Amino acid sequence: MADYLWKLLPILLVFGGVLGIVPFLVFLERKICAYIQDRVGPNRVGLLGPDGFLEAVVGVPITKKRILGGFFQPLADAIKLITKEDFIPSHAEKFLFTMAPFFALLPPFLAFIVIPVGPDVTLFGQSVMLQVADLNVGVLWILAVASLSAYGVAMGGWASNSKYSLLGGIRATAQMISYEVAMGIVLLSVLMHYDSVSLRDMVGVQSAGLGSWGLWHQPVAFILFVICAFAENNRLPFDLPECEAELVGGYHTEYNSMKFGMFFQGEYIAMLGMGALTTALFLGGWHFPGYAWLKETIGAWVTVFALAAFAAKVMAFVLFQMWVRWTLPRFRYDQLMNLGWKGMIPIALLNLIVTAWINLPKGT
Amino acid sequence: MSTSPEILAALVFTGLVVAMGLTILGLVRLVTWGLGTARQKRGKYEAYECGVPKEGSARDRFEVHFYLVALLFVLFDIETVFLLPYAVSFKTLGMAGFYEVLAFVAILGLGLVYLVKRGALEWE
Repeated sequence: MADYLWKLLPILLVFGGVLGIVPFLVFLERKICAYIQDRVGPNRVGLLGPDGFLEAVVGVPITKKRILGGFFQPLADAIKLITKEDFIPSHAEKFLFTMAPFFALLPPFLAFIVIPVGPDVTLFGQSVMLQVADLNVGVLWILAVASLSAYGVAMGGWASNSKYSLLGGIRATAQMISYEVAMGIVLLSVLMHYDSVSLRDMVGVQSAGLGSWGLWHQPVAFILFVICAFAENNRLPFDLPECEAELVGGYHTEYNSMKFGMFFQGEYIAMLGMGALTTALFLGGWHFPGYAWLKETIGAWVTVFALAAFAAKVMAFVLFQMWVRWTLPRFRYDQLMNLGWKGMIPIALLNLIVTAWINLPKGT
Repeated sequence: MSTSPEILAALVFTGLVVAMGLTILGLVRLVTWGLGTARQKRGKYEAYECGVPKEGSARDRFEVHFYLVALLFVLFDIETVFLLPYAVSFKTLGMAGFYEVLAFVAILGLGLVYLVKRGALEWE
């Protein structure tokens, strides 16, 4: 019974962590894009000072200067989105239209189930694994939920019954399934390298210092995986499903209120999920140089550092995604498909063969 | 047979996420209904086409290429599924298994070359 109850700790940790960090990511992205474009970005809705949170509550700004300016912008946005009128366009398929944001939000969140976020920790004599579930299908779970994420977008695009949405939805589906093939093959070569499907074992293999990180052993897979991550998340330079210059908003053109917010949330959770997956597969998971030494010095408190290392790696990847988004222009659709089918898939297949050749015990 | 903690945890997590999603969907309905934010305006319930009146239906024909991509996806995804058992057990299969998978990938590679030559992946 006890081990069932202790499972609640990683569940709540991952669930709360993801939900808590997403609004912050939105703020971060707006701030980063502002600085890249030489603007200031959101700087009004802060804690103290004019336009601040406390001014709204107390009535006086308290300080002249804005403190944490812009930091509460996501909160204000969320309140705005929730209180907006939630209506369904008359021509839309009502049920699918309502459920599409839900199906856009669900799969990226579910991918977190198999990702180990920290080492085993002993609390009150009970060893707790900091991973929601070490499913025996491991990385296949990721593939399964990643393929589900095409549904939300396709449903949203089709049910809106609008030309822009339809085009966005079709493009998104074609793009996601094209890059999913490459991602599947890349994951196969990765699991051949680690000789396990469990992400827990994969992170375990990477415990022997910087040199054991998957990045050095599977460099081609790493690059292909990062490209696939961008394409699967519909992020620039692969954001053709919602390219605002041609398709208004793509598959979520007709959405409003928090339903649009859910698509938005889903995108950021997917970014975070891809970051977590890349970290677990290639960047050594929660391991960091000096982990063993620190563990001897401060004992169980090392878990805090491991969690921080994991979070730092994930955030680094997410920041990289944002940086790329505001730096590179968008691909053309034929370039996107050519890269997927004529570039990624053959290279991924070759990588698989080479990985098999390298890892085979010779002389059998 | 009791459910293992792992599967139960995965189910609980899924349940949490589903509950959260449905709560948000319900909440916006409730707020819209409760606060009465609805405003009637001409054209509000129409499909958005940059402000001009809607023209034609969205249930129109679109490029057959997208169907082709979907078909090819099924083919190549099944290939991934077939490669998976090999990837899991390639060490026990040894060199014999390696040559066999080489032949398998070669045939699929030929298929891909054929697709490219036939122009199935050409977009204009």
